[in-house]
Amino acid sequence: MFDISNLFEATSVEDAISLLETHEQARVIAGGSDILIKLREGELSGCDLVSIFGLDELRGITLGADGTITIRPLSSFSLIEKDENIRNLQALSEAAAQVGGPQIRNIATIGGNICNGAVSADSAPALLTYDAVLELKSSNGVRIVPIHDFYTGPGKVDLGRAELLVGIHIKRQSYEGFGGCYIKYSARRAMDISMLGCAVNLKLSADKKYVEKLCLAYGVAAPTPIRARTAEKEAEGALFNEELLEKVSKLAQEDAMPRTSWRASKEFRLHLLGELCRRAMRTAAKRAGLS
Amino acid sequence: MPPRYENSGKESRSVMKEITYILNGETITTHVDPRWSLFELLRGEVSSIKRGCDVGECGACTVLIDGKTYNSCIYLAVWANGKHIRTVESLSMPDGSPGELQKAFMDDGAVQCGFCTPGFLLSATALIEEDRTFTREEIRRQLSGNLCRCTGYENIINAVEKTINKHIDNRGTK
Repeated sequence: MFDISNLFEATSVEDAISLLETHEQARVIAGGSDILIKLREGELSGCDLVSIFGLDELRGITLGADGTITIRPLSSFSLIEKDENIRNLQALSEAAAQVGGPQIRNIATIGGNICNGAVSADSAPALLTYDAVLELKSSNGVRIVPIHDFYTGPGKVDLGRAELLVGIHIKRQSYEGFGGCYIKYSARRAMDISMLGCAVNLKLSADKKYVEKLCLAYGVAAPTPIRARTAEKEAEGALFNEELLEKVSKLAQEDAMPRTSWRASKEFRLHLLGELCRRAMRTAAKRAGLS
Repeated sequence: MPPRYENSGKESRSVMKEITYILNGETITTHVDPRWSLFELLRGEVSSIKRGCDVGECGACTVLIDGKTYNSCIYLAVWANGKHIRTVESLSMPDGSPGELQKAFMDDGAVQCGFCTPGFLLSATALIEEDRTFTREEIRRQLSGNLCRCTGYENIINAVEKTINKHIDNRGTK
């Protein structure tokens, strides 16, 4: 049995917010694949949990009339991987497809993945390259926070104690005409946490020879998931060739701040930063229609 | 009563919650401790699911819930409310003899100690019920949440591949 003091099952979003306000020590449990494992390992012992798992209103992916894709936070990674709308957002569908294994993908939610603030979250780099916007709800109303502002420090996110993520929105101009790719570098081919994650979302010129826009993001390369802004600027308007890939990947290494940890040395991470950038860009460009 | 872990010793107030769920076709209404995992609840009902790692890595505790695979060790028992849950007991023929997939596992040497087998059978069942063919690589990927320390996996994949193809062939000749 899990060392939980109290489990409150929310009946609605409002009920969940109210429960979080009433029980000051309580945390949210969505799919549970982070929290329940932490409990097994002795962390969070005796915690109070507010379960939002039953809130079907927070599941699903919809396409708005203006082309905005809305992902509800309890959507599982297997749902996201297979969804028709996400098929065109290859960086995100590839990221969803590489989380854990099949059983984990069925239970783990994209909301939990970003709200627990882990820098290794597979969905984070992809969402950064799609300039995702987060809809957060509390008793004070709704806040709209761009994902770029959501990560505030290592493991920290801009989410109030009694606040819920209720929507992830991706605008049409962030994905239409783009080609994407997510590469997850890890020791195992499944059931592993990313040692470095690289997401690319790229748009080519009309003649498919030049880069119109490059969005390049990394997980586990810095204290938070990041966009490699200097590298992106270098690519804008440039002819897509190996020479560009060399320039961009070098700048990406400088944009990131990788460090040595038990998982990998700084030198290896720098090498990965450069190599994954080139590979992901090649794939994304092909998907964007490179001639 | 399902087995219980020692908790941290803190004073825990736990209110039993009533749930109703369907297990292998049978409707069950019962009270569960909200601290139980689904694994602990189901071990009181069926013996096929095995406790491996308890942290959702090995897949020995895999169950089918509404047709999809989940690690029951990291699924709260209270979440079973309203769900259709299946374990290996549902794979046998009505007379209790092994089903197609189970026969394939036996015939192809896919079982050694047998501890991982229930989990693999259910993950494979999810594939078969998708009603399409899979490449060996896709089968490997779909079984990547189940670990085996004995067989080296090849025979398991053979048995699953054979059963999927048989299922597709039979469907075509109906």
